[in-house]
Amino acid sequence: MEMVNLYINGKEVAAPTGSTVMQAADLAGIEIPRLCYDPDLSALGACRLCVVEVKGNRLLPASCVTPVMPGMEVFTESPAVIEARRTILELLVANHPLDCMTCDKLGECKLADYCYQYGVKESPFAGGEKHNYKCDDSNPFIIRDLNKCILCGACVRACEEMTGQDNLSYLYRGFHRKATTAGDVDYAESDCVFCGQCVAVCPTGALTEKTMAGQGRRWEIERVRTTCPFCGTGCNFDLAVKNGQVIGVLSNPDSPVNGRSLCVKGRFGWDFIYNEKRLTTPLIKKNGQFEAASWNEALDLIAQKFNAIKDEYGPDSFAALSSARCTNEENYLVQKLTRAYMGTNNVDHCART
Amino acid sequence: MAGLATTFGSGAMTNPINDIVNEAELMLLVGTNTTEAHPVIGYKMRQAARKACKMIVCDPRRIDLVDDADYWIRHNPGTDIPLLNGMMHIIIKEGLEDKEFVAERTENYEALKETVAAYNPEYVAELTGISVEDLYTVARLYATTDKAMIFYTLGITEHICGTRNVMSIANLAMLTGHVGRPGTGVCPIRGQNNVQGACDMGALPNVFPAYQAVNNDDIRSKFEQAWGASLPANIGLKIPEMFEAAHEGKVKAMYILGENPVLTDPNANHIKEALDNLEFLVVQELFLTETAEFADVILPAASFAECDGTFTSTERRVQRVRKAIEPLPGQANWQTICQMSTCLGYPMEYDHPGQIWDEMAALSPSMTGINYERIDKVGLHWPCPSMDHPGTPFLHAGKFTRGLGSFQPSDHIPPGEIPDEEYPFLLSTGRVLYHYNVTTPYSMGINSMWDREKAEINPVDAEKMGIQTGSRVIVTSRRGQVSSEVKVTDRVMPGMIWMSFHHTATPTNELTSHHLDPITGTGEYKVCAVRIEKIEE
Repeated sequence: MEMVNLYINGKEVAAPTGSTVMQAADLAGIEIPRLCYDPDLSALGACRLCVVEVKGNRLLPASCVTPVMPGMEVFTESPAVIEARRTILELLVANHPLDCMTCDKLGECKLADYCYQYGVKESPFAGGEKHNYKCDDSNPFIIRDLNKCILCGACVRACEEMTGQDNLSYLYRGFHRKATTAGDVDYAESDCVFCGQCVAVCPTGALTEKTMAGQGRRWEIERVRTTCPFCGTGCNFDLAVKNGQVIGVLSNPDSPVNGRSLCVKGRFGWDFIYNEKRLTTPLIKKNGQFEAASWNEALDLIAQKFNAIKDEYGPDSFAALSSARCTNEENYLVQKLTRAYMGTNNVDHCART
Repeated sequence: MAGLATTFGSGAMTNPINDIVNEAELMLLVGTNTTEAHPVIGYKMRQAARKACKMIVCDPRRIDLVDDADYWIRHNPGTDIPLLNGMMHIIIKEGLEDKEFVAERTENYEALKETVAAYNPEYVAELTGISVEDLYTVARLYATTDKAMIFYTLGITEHICGTRNVMSIANLAMLTGHVGRPGTGVCPIRGQNNVQGACDMGALPNVFPAYQAVNNDDIRSKFEQAWGASLPANIGLKIPEMFEAAHEGKVKAMYILGENPVLTDPNANHIKEALDNLEFLVVQELFLTETAEFADVILPAASFAECDGTFTSTERRVQRVRKAIEPLPGQANWQTICQMSTCLGYPMEYDHPGQIWDEMAALSPSMTGINYERIDKVGLHWPCPSMDHPGTPFLHAGKFTRGLGSFQPSDHIPPGEIPDEEYPFLLSTGRVLYHYNVTTPYSMGINSMWDREKAEINPVDAEKMGIQTGSRVIVTSRRGQVSSEVKVTDRVMPGMIWMSFHHTATPTNELTSHHLDPITGTGEYKVCAVRIEKIEE
């Protein structure tokens, strides 16, 4: 790979030809703030928060779309850069609800993090016109509060580039510009398939998981990485756990197959685990009715019946149906029990159906 | 699976999923509605199709991916073999086959040549309903593209000729040398999260873990030693045979873990009678399912969030499942199975599922190199025979698993039941995006949005019958009768009705065919004959 040498904050760094200044800085471990940039999406250069100073350039270019040049001298935290970033943040929060104390995204809200970093407490531009959009909670999965949207366009790009659903785009002009559905209808009335990729890439509280609303602050959530239990693609994600309860599913960018992409089932279908109809105790049928039983009672009855049937009719009078939904380990045990103890190869699962 | 096992020597998907976006120049989709059944793979297909990769969709339904396809082949249901044979006929006639690959890596080529010779484009057009011109176009495109992948799912296998369909796909890939390299191959996308793993683990009547035959004496003695038991050599019963045997009173007791055959298996009424006939039935389940209703004892199961373990994905990648919360029934499924075994008189003791995996891996050459530590962050693709082996993302490089690839030509086999005067409509079944078989209706969120069946009927038929979207109909086959709401759409052809099988209120599988693929025992879910009557409100 051909490399280019450049200087960032006085330090000589090397980056592959064709990289952007932001990528070169990332490689060198120099952090540049960013709102609209997302490594899984095309670079837009819209939020301008990633601006840097480049010697010989009278403007402050956005580092996410500026290619590296040999010998280039870049400054990521110069006074001019810091002032520009602060102004950008002040403009953004002038028209952003400052209800961070009750916002579910706080802790993973990039806008709040950068305001903290650059000391933006209130905006000198406050008092101007503010959006007052109706919050879209027309569906069971996603809360869409466009008052918190900063128009970074990550949701629009995710819907087109990750999913290919093309359900989102920009509507209107100027102050009224909106990242929304065709015809500006609620998600439930649109062509949305509720994959939730827009939620996974949103840097603010504009798009959040409905199941997680009010369930916990982001820093209280334990993430348990696992594999999706629905189809055979093998997507990975994190179960969001608080106080021993699953409260949601969060994308994990390190997932080798799917990255942050999921479908409606993987991201939002997990709540079957808390369905009130879940069985939690063994049941024994007595006179046609199921009655709750202890584990010992149930297992003793099974042992007695299976052994009696095996003794009377022989091993092949038994058959086991294992499951393509269960783990490898469970399947291994079922076929081992069937073969080694029941003495038959009558074991199958629904692969053929 | 049997189709690929016979032709290639391994039934698994040959190439990794990410070849779609990283390698492929052409995707040929036959009988896979990927964006609904395997959405994340569907996203990748769209991403690829919108860049340089070409896409051919062969499907009687106008599935969503048709919008991104370069070519849509709308062949009649149940005519996959003529379609594939027709493509091969043209490829051979025009000398577009990969002669070197055929000569060096395959056998039985002359038989294939002989069979497909009869499938001239005009004959194929008549059987399939597609144009001669389209057949030429897709045959040439597939044959002349260097990196071409084939994808299929149940649209291929759920036919009376399912295995023959798969073999025909394998024939096409071998004929053109599209196997054993990145961006090529034959990819059956697996339906369930762990259908690959359940097969790998030997939850099959003819093989131990890692496809080691139960009727091989050396292998059986290896397992006898490891398990401390004498093991049966005769091949066991497949699912449909189990239920047949239960009918006949030969199978007296069953243990069913996490499956709901009453709702998911074809010809459901027959299954119910079989379950009724058992002397003793144990079901281990999350919910009181239609199948669990027949049980004598129900053991409560733990969900994926409550258990440690592994799943093996469609690309043979073994990945971790991690316990996030305490099991709602108080114990994990592996613990329940161990307790049951111990109670029966065959003690099983493990401290952690990792030990179960290790015991299995030590007995399974293709998985010996995989343990929980190695797959902590990123899963590994089997075959992985040793701890320093990096895993095998694509199969059959340089050599097929069985040595030479075997051409298995097949003639057209019409569906077991086709529409007639009494039952004039063709019913085909499948999944919808929002549901996953029969678990998702238990998700309150998902069920609140999509809570009922919406059978798809073509506008031409709808108009004749005076049906609109939202009307209710009775659908009747020779085996059963269900009622359903209707969605009028040109996704289906005239003369066809399409239904899913997710909803208890519309148990579509009471209608589906009793015909089975004679080799795998897979039900012909994709074609049966029905009649439709409007319910007057």
